[in-house]
Amino acid sequence: MNAPVTGRILGRQPLGLLFAAPYALFLAMVFAYPLGLAVWMSFHDYFFAAPGVPVDRPFVGLENYATVLGDPDVRRSFFNVGVFLVINVPLTVVLSLVLAAGLNAAVRARTFLRVSYYVPYVTASVALVAVWLFLFSSGGLVNEILGPLAPSPSWLVNAKAAMPLIALFVTWKQLGLFILLYLAALQAIPKDLYEAAAVDRATGIRAFWHVTVPGVRPATALVVILATITGANLFTEPYLLTNGGGPDGASTSPVFVMYQKGIEQGNPDTAAAIGVVLVIAVLLISLVNRKFLERD
Amino acid sequence: MTRKFWTRAVLFLGALVFLFPFYYMLVGSFQESPDTTVKGVFPTGGWTFHNYVDINSRVNLFQSLLNSVIITSGVLVGTVIFGVLAGYALARLRFRGRGTLFAVMLLVQIIPFQLLVIPLYVMVVRSYGLADSYAGMILPFAINSTAVFVFRQFFIGLPDDLFSAAMLDGASELRILWSVAIPLVRPAILTAGLITFIGPWNEFLWPFLVSKDQHLQPLAVTLANYISNIAGRATNPFGAILAGAVVLAAPAVALFVAFQKHFTATDISSGVKG
Repeated sequence: MNAPVTGRILGRQPLGLLFAAPYALFLAMVFAYPLGLAVWMSFHDYFFAAPGVPVDRPFVGLENYATVLGDPDVRRSFFNVGVFLVINVPLTVVLSLVLAAGLNAAVRARTFLRVSYYVPYVTASVALVAVWLFLFSSGGLVNEILGPLAPSPSWLVNAKAAMPLIALFVTWKQLGLFILLYLAALQAIPKDLYEAAAVDRATGIRAFWHVTVPGVRPATALVVILATITGANLFTEPYLLTNGGGPDGASTSPVFVMYQKGIEQGNPDTAAAIGVVLVIAVLLISLVNRKFLERD
Repeated sequence: MTRKFWTRAVLFLGALVFLFPFYYMLVGSFQESPDTTVKGVFPTGGWTFHNYVDINSRVNLFQSLLNSVIITSGVLVGTVIFGVLAGYALARLRFRGRGTLFAVMLLVQIIPFQLLVIPLYVMVVRSYGLADSYAGMILPFAINSTAVFVFRQFFIGLPDDLFSAAMLDGASELRILWSVAIPLVRPAILTAGLITFIGPWNEFLWPFLVSKDQHLQPLAVTLANYISNIAGRATNPFGAILAGAVVLAAPAVALFVAFQKHFTATDISSGVKG
């Protein structure tokens, strides 16, 4: 074979194609194709049919989107995620940065602390929801401690408290990952920046504000995006912790509504439209976030 | 009081808040009738193993655990074999489409999996007929993209001399991968394996959608079904629920405590942000 010719077509080391092929095939099958299918479904009248049976699935334009955007359940779920993000994102950024900065300065028991913080992150939501159900049930430990201050009705059945509690749960569960991300960013800040700040008598909180916070800005942008994606993916918590997005829809999430409409009620086309709207919303938030956090 | 003291006080208080639910889960799972008062946080009696017997009789604990192990192992095997190959190719070999593949790999990490849930459900359950099968539960997670990234970073970090020496000896690319790169990759396999493990082991939504047969469901699903079906109905269900939660949580916690050295700030940030 003429090596330069194959080289031009397949690249200098065509064996790479062979090595990467299974992964490329995998991405095409479970990522690219479903992504296209989701968008296609959202513009068609799509319904479940027995495999192999030819059915007509007419193009319906924006009809599914109109159905979705006019549906009060869907609007409620997006509002709920808004409430979730308003609580979860700032809390996540502040707590993970403060704890990471403390951890970065601590010498003793550092491993113990680091592991303690990421243990919730590596544990199944289902297992953690079980203990939160116990802690926040009406006769649970939290209400025992609060006594007369306990909310009525109790946390998980209280329309005002359910979503904030889910936001708190997810903050606690995910914080370990974000602490690790900030730790890496903190280790990359040059030491002489702090020395220069110390010359200007900026130490402690002022050094934190003027050196640390700007120094980790790219990490903050990443944390905000990842926390937003986690919020957009919310399903297990409304399903289990608040017993199906209760009370009365106060803690539903878009993915939970997707599950109800798409699989329980058999309307995968409107469910796909919810998914597309959700991703567009996430992308918009990411873009705005980049504009604010990544400018120098 | 020095600032150092306050820093440490905050750090340890934080750790206490993070660990308390785990402690409470463990204690509650061994109590005859969970006492929710403040005194009940440090129980002095009423210990029992019965909650574990109870949850075992209701969700077939052993079978569920076995299913979790099978699904997770499938994902780990797929990720290690095909992920190492892809990572090596992306890092060391020049072939057509490398740039595109790399870009798509990064993109995968931003698109929420949940968007793909409906079309994947249509494909896997309706078109491929893989409902109620291990293959159907494994398929969407079969090669973890973060792990591929970790492998790529690892191979890029290896010194070039290592490879050029072998190349001068006339070794083929396959031989270089097998006798130069693979023997060195073990620490990266541990890190990538840990990151991969938490996906399928903890995943609830996907196996919940594609499996209706209780004998095939992983523990996260059987336990969740138990929680949502009996919550509110049983008189004192928490003992059994907490026992199930301990069984589901323990393997992940044990792995990450044992191998904490391989799950550090640098490992994670190189894997997540690229």
